[in-house]
Amino acid sequence: MDNFFTDNPDIQWHFNHLDLEDVVASLERNYTEAEQYDDAPLSYADALEGYRAVLEMMGAITAREIAPLAPEVDREGAHFENGKVIYAKGTQRAMDILAKSSLMGMMLPRKYNGLNFPGLLYSMAIEMVAQADASLMNLFSLQDIAQTIYEFGDDNLKDRYLPEFASGKITGAMILTEPDAGSDLQAVRLKAVEQPDGTWKLYGVKRFITNGCADVSLVLARSEEGTVDGRGLSMFLCEKCPELVIRRIEHKLGIHGSPTCELQFNGVPAVLVGQRRMGLIRYVMALMNGARVAVASQAVGIAQAAYEEALKYARKRVQFKRPIIEIPQVYDMLARMKSQIQVARAITYEASRLVDRRRMLERQLEEKPDAALRARLKEVSSWASVLTPIAKAYASEMAVRVTCDAIQIHGGAGYMREFNVERLARDARITTIYEGTTQLQVVGASVGITSGAFGNYLAQLGERGFRPELAQLASLARESREKLSSCVTFLKDFNDRTYSELVSRRLVDMACDALGVHLMLLQAERDPARTAAAEKFTRDALPRIRMQADYITSGDKLVIDKREELL
Amino acid sequence: MPLRIIVLAKQVPDTKNVTGEVMKPDGTVNRNALAAIFNPEDLNALEMGLELKERYGGEVIVITMGPPRAVEILKDSLCRGADRVILLSDRRFAASDTLATSYTIAQAIQTHLMPFDMVLCGRQAIDGDTAQVGPQVAEKLGIAQVTFADRVLAIEGECVRIRRDLGRAQEIVLARKPVLLTVPKSANSPRWPNARLLLKYRRARSAFEVEAEAKRQGRSVDDVVADLRKRGLFIETWGAEDINAELARVGISGSPTKVKKVENVVLAGRNLKLYSADDDGIRSLVTELVEERTFG
Repeated sequence: MDNFFTDNPDIQWHFNHLDLEDVVASLERNYTEAEQYDDAPLSYADALEGYRAVLEMMGAITAREIAPLAPEVDREGAHFENGKVIYAKGTQRAMDILAKSSLMGMMLPRKYNGLNFPGLLYSMAIEMVAQADASLMNLFSLQDIAQTIYEFGDDNLKDRYLPEFASGKITGAMILTEPDAGSDLQAVRLKAVEQPDGTWKLYGVKRFITNGCADVSLVLARSEEGTVDGRGLSMFLCEKCPELVIRRIEHKLGIHGSPTCELQFNGVPAVLVGQRRMGLIRYVMALMNGARVAVASQAVGIAQAAYEEALKYARKRVQFKRPIIEIPQVYDMLARMKSQIQVARAITYEASRLVDRRRMLERQLEEKPDAALRARLKEVSSWASVLTPIAKAYASEMAVRVTCDAIQIHGGAGYMREFNVERLARDARITTIYEGTTQLQVVGASVGITSGAFGNYLAQLGERGFRPELAQLASLARESREKLSSCVTFLKDFNDRTYSELVSRRLVDMACDALGVHLMLLQAERDPARTAAAEKFTRDALPRIRMQADYITSGDKLVIDKREELL
Repeated sequence: MPLRIIVLAKQVPDTKNVTGEVMKPDGTVNRNALAAIFNPEDLNALEMGLELKERYGGEVIVITMGPPRAVEILKDSLCRGADRVILLSDRRFAASDTLATSYTIAQAIQTHLMPFDMVLCGRQAIDGDTAQVGPQVAEKLGIAQVTFADRVLAIEGECVRIRRDLGRAQEIVLARKPVLLTVPKSANSPRWPNARLLLKYRRARSAFEVEAEAKRQGRSVDDVVADLRKRGLFIETWGAEDINAELARVGISGSPTKVKKVENVVLAGRNLKLYSADDDGIRSLVTELVEERTFG
């Protein structure tokens, strides 16, 4: 592929159906930004032209410059010498290109030298970067840190750091995890001690920190002595300094280009970001939600790369006197891979779009408090908070399956270093773990599913008129909604918390499939050329949905009752 | 002291992706059959110019001569950081050979862009492969020329210290300003466009494009031009009169070159042996010359 944007028909389809007219108008203050900045768009159509120009360039940079560096970045990896982290040569070169092209502050306002793009465009960009080199995405997407400073920091912090982030002069890190606080961030112990002058000092140890060598970091720390839960945690900003010691970097299965650091804080000077006690419950949750959509995009990019490799190989590999792509088991595998990638992309973009719309409504409400707007924000917010974990869970699990299948299609060759698919499978593996494991996403998504928010969302997608040719798909979509809602009702009546937890993964898997069925149906409604893709996914998904519904509504507590016997 | 750097660029057919009827019966290239790109080594020249600007301050002016669509490489130059771009385009410039081209470019520089410090151009273009225009421009401007210049090592008062890439050797030369350099691929990796500049300059238009633009916006041409000028988006376009050109010296009438015949030449590889540039290398060369009875 010569260009990861223009050569990918699925991304092109989404770009041609962005549906962001209201979001862009609000971001551009009804196109009055253009009076102040000569790179601001004059209209929605003009904005789209600009987005296309930038994404086309990114598509070329990622395909032609970054992708060829990825195998060597994987072999060399980031290294640790004399207490310092050194990026692999290819990583450094790629970062230099992205910085020089002003692509490190895509969502930041122009005032801070950003591009003022909607999040959905940023998701597309992340996907292309990950398709080229999954590990580079971890550095590229640290833009989310600048975004968090923008949303919650004071003007002083913003003016000081944001232009530097946007120009790529500095990199960031989000420092959350500790040896005893992984999924359970409420257990964070890193101590923040207030100084007489109002600044803070940080003491303790952090682990598994992506790009822990960053110039500027956001740190979650315990500011309230004697507290034990999330309400005693605040968010701090610190700079690289002698008191912040990198102890080591990890040797990982994949994403070798991304340095993962263990850090020791020996009284690191820091400033408070936002309000005390809001660190975890407000700021880190916002940061993590952004990062979760980003990981979903990363997963889609890796899977796309694996699919391209598998397709190319299956076309050229001849066995039994024919290219293996002519073998039904092989082409069905490829068709399923592609269909799952399409659905993961559709879900991820939809989640991004909802987050964009939520931000828009928040901006509008700040300007003009209004009851109808507030109600709309509440609704969109509830949808964004359920689609975010769903996108992360679905896309990452999909990437693990698809990269695994890509190896399978290569046979023995795929197991070897000479081909890219083994790297892609190693890189994909982290996506179901970091920024919250799939199991944590399931916990998050279950809330929105059992509350009915997700059901409402699906209903407004599916309860509308469709072309007569789509009658069967529309009725299968209705079936998926009904099955999901019958499971939700069953669990409510069954009223057994342990059982609900036990089957929550099945419930979320069902929700992902049902959402995929709906989004593909809508694509087919807008574009008849998408009908076969919608049919493929729906026919694969419905049997799974029925199976999960059977299981969930069985009320079978075997695993709970006989756990010890079974383990 | 800030530098005025002029970069000469050419839009060329993408000879890497050759399709269809590329050669016309008269042996010249059918430009319409091929995608048009920025001549690769001209991008190296532009990059050198931009890096010099970053080091010493000043401005980078890109000139191209070509048909109206050559404006694309000028827009690209703006997106990579050029300060000013000029399109030399006139029907009467058509079918220029290297002599007429270098006359036209030198004339444009002498008429409007004096004084300057450096002219940078790619070593050669991938279509004609002559490598003549740069040196001829230097001759016409009466300035020093340094070909195969892959590094500007320093600017020392009125002199420029330049490294030449001669394949198996490097040569360091000192040239008095103003100087023309031809830049090979080995000089640097050209930067990509900058997203913010891209968002601005994608709307730049040359004189040839304003009519269509006016129609698209439903406004008068004058309005559109005034608006483009105000926003720094109007691309200067110069024709024969603008540069006081003698009509006999431009275009086909100024071009003595005739293509007689085009043939496919396969270069036979000669036996090449490399010796290292040290005592051992010299020893083995002498030994071989003696053994082969070339000596003695």
